[in-house]
Amino acid sequence: MHWIVLPVILPALLAPLIAFVMRHDIALARVASVAGTVLLLAIAVVLIFMAGDGITHVYRLGDWPAPFGIVLVLDQLSALMVLLTSTLALIVLIHAIATEWDAKGRHFHALFQFQLMGICGAFLTGDIFNLFVFFEVLLIASYGLMIHSGGKERMRAGLQYVVMNLAGSTLFLFALGTLYASTGTLNIADLAVRIPEIPADEAALVRVAAILLMIVFAVKAALFPVQFWLPATYSNAPAPVAALFAIMTKVGAYAILRIHTTAFGPGSPGTEDLAATWLFPAAIVTIAVGAFGVLGARRLMPLIAFSVVGSMGTLLVAVAVFSTTATTAALYYMVHSTFAAACLFLIADLVVTRRSADTLSAEPPTVQNGLFAVLFFAAAIAMAGMPPLSGFLGKLLVLDALREPGFIGWAWSAILIGSLLTIVGFARAGSTLFWKSTAIAAPATETPDTADGVVAGAPPATVMQVAPGMLGLAALAALALFAGPVSSYLDSTSSQLHNREGYVEAVLGADEEEG
Amino acid sequence: MELIISSSIGVLTAGGVYLLLRLRTFPVILGLALLSYAVNVFLFASGRLAIDQSPILSKYGEATYTDPLPQALVLTAIVISFGMTAVLVMIGLGAFLEADSDRIDITADDGETEDGGRA
Repeated sequence: MHWIVLPVILPALLAPLIAFVMRHDIALARVASVAGTVLLLAIAVVLIFMAGDGITHVYRLGDWPAPFGIVLVLDQLSALMVLLTSTLALIVLIHAIATEWDAKGRHFHALFQFQLMGICGAFLTGDIFNLFVFFEVLLIASYGLMIHSGGKERMRAGLQYVVMNLAGSTLFLFALGTLYASTGTLNIADLAVRIPEIPADEAALVRVAAILLMIVFAVKAALFPVQFWLPATYSNAPAPVAALFAIMTKVGAYAILRIHTTAFGPGSPGTEDLAATWLFPAAIVTIAVGAFGVLGARRLMPLIAFSVVGSMGTLLVAVAVFSTTATTAALYYMVHSTFAAACLFLIADLVVTRRSADTLSAEPPTVQNGLFAVLFFAAAIAMAGMPPLSGFLGKLLVLDALREPGFIGWAWSAILIGSLLTIVGFARAGSTLFWKSTAIAAPATETPDTADGVVAGAPPATVMQVAPGMLGLAALAALALFAGPVSSYLDSTSSQLHNREGYVEAVLGADEEEG
Repeated sequence: MELIISSSIGVLTAGGVYLLLRLRTFPVILGLALLSYAVNVFLFASGRLAIDQSPILSKYGEATYTDPLPQALVLTAIVISFGMTAVLVMIGLGAFLEADSDRIDITADDGETEDGGRA
C-alpha cells in the first residue's frame, strides 16, 4: 500500500514541474496546482478511511525495518491533519487565483505545492530527524510565499521571519543531538520505548532535549515567550499566504502533541511532568497576549494575527493537560481555529484591497459593504467563540476538559476573559470598518479629488472571490452541525494517540507485515 | 579532545548568539553561520568522540567502529544550513535594496504611522 507516501510525493513531483515547465504560463500553472490540490484532497479522504479502522499503518521507506530506516506512520491523527491541510489548501488556492494574488509575483504555485509537501510530510513522519527535514521543506517554501509580490514592509517582515526560524532550526538540531546522545535513536516509536526506561534521576539530558524540542515547537506554534514573530509575519504576508499559514502554527501544536505524548508523555518518569509545568502557564499567557493584542490593534491584519495567537493559547492549554478528553477537545479546537483564522484572513483581504489601507478607521463604505460585513462578523463570531458556529463548541469542549482542580482556575478565567476581550476587539473593529463607514458621506466616491482611486474604483467581489470565505464558513458550520460524529472520531483519534504501546507495536513489530 | 570540542562549540555558539542579537543583516547572517557550525560539531559529538575509527562495520577483523548516524545527520544539516544561508542572503539583500536599511527589527513605523486610526 503506497497511499501513505502519496501526500508527500504528489506535491513533490508537481512543484518542480510547475516551476520549470509551466513558469511562463500562469493559466497552466493554475490548472496544475488546482488539480494537484484536488487530488491531494482525494488522497486525504482515502487516508481517513484507511486510518478509520483504528490500526496504525506503517510505511517503511526503502523497506528498511523501523529503528534503522525512516518510517511514515499513518494513524487517525495524521490522517485528520492531512485532510485538514488539503481542505484548507484548496480553499486558499481558489482565493489566491480568484483575487489574482498568485500573479503578483513569480512561482506562487510551485512554492505552494512545496509547502503542502512539507506540511503533509511533517504530519506523516515517524522519525524525528525526518520531522526536522520536513520542517525545513515547509519553512523554505514559506519564506518564498511570505515575501511573494515583495514590497518594503513585507521584505523586512519576511527577513525577520526567516532569521527567527533559522535560529529555531538550529535549536532543533541541538535538541536532536542531545536526544540522540542520550537515547541512541531518533525514531519516535523507539524513543517511546527507551525514554520510559531512563530512571528519573538520570534523565537530565533527556529533560534538556525535551525542553529544547518544546521551545522549537513553541516557536512554530507561537507560544508566549516566542510568539512575537507571528503578528508581524501574518499581517505583512499576502492574505492567502497568511490563511495558509493558519495550518503552520498547527504543525507546531501537532508536533508537541505527537512527540510529548508518545515519547516524553505519561509513563516516562524523567520527563512526564515537564509539559504541564511549562506548557500550561505559557499557554495561559499566550491567551492574554492574543486578547490584549486584539483589543489594542489599530490595523485589521494585525488584529486577526493576534486572534490567531489567542486561539493557539486556547489550543495549547488543552494540549498541556495530556489526557484523552483534553486531547479530543484540543483536536476539535485545532480544526475549528484553522478554518476560522483562514476565513478571517481571506475575508479581510477582500475588504482591505478595496480600502486605502487596513487601518481601523472609518472610510467611505466600499462596494458590497453589507456582504463583507456579514462575512466578517460570521468569521469573527467563529473566532471569538460565540454560539452559532463551531468556536463555541470548541471552547466548551476545552473548558469541559479542564475541570480538574489544578487547571480550572487559571484556564477558565483566561479563556473566558480572553474570549470576552476578543469579542470586544472584533466588534469594535467591525463596527468601525463597516458601520461607521456608512455614516461618512458617500459623495467622497463622486468627487474627482480622491487621489487614491483604488477605493472609489474598486470592482465588486466576484462569486469566486467570495466563495472561499463562504466555503470556510460552511466548514465551520458543518463542524458545529456534525459535532457529534466529529467528536466521536476525535475521541478514538486521541485514545489512539495516547495508546503508546499500540504505536510502538505497529512501528517496531511490523516485520512480517506489508511494508 | 573533549575540552577542545566542547570549548569550540561553546565559543562558536556564544559568538553566533552575540552576532544574532546585533539585529543587522550582515552580522545576523554570520551569526547564523557560526551557530550552524556549532551545531554541526555538536551533532558529531553526539555519536561519542572517537579517533581513527571508520563509520562502517568490518566483517574481517575485530576493528571497532564509530557511530555512522551522526555523520549522516551532520551531512543533512550542512546541506540544509548551506541552502538556508543562501536564501537568507538573497532575502536580506532584497530587504536592504527595498528599504535602504539593513535593520532587522521593525517597530519604528508600526504603531505611529496612522494616528487617525483611532476612532
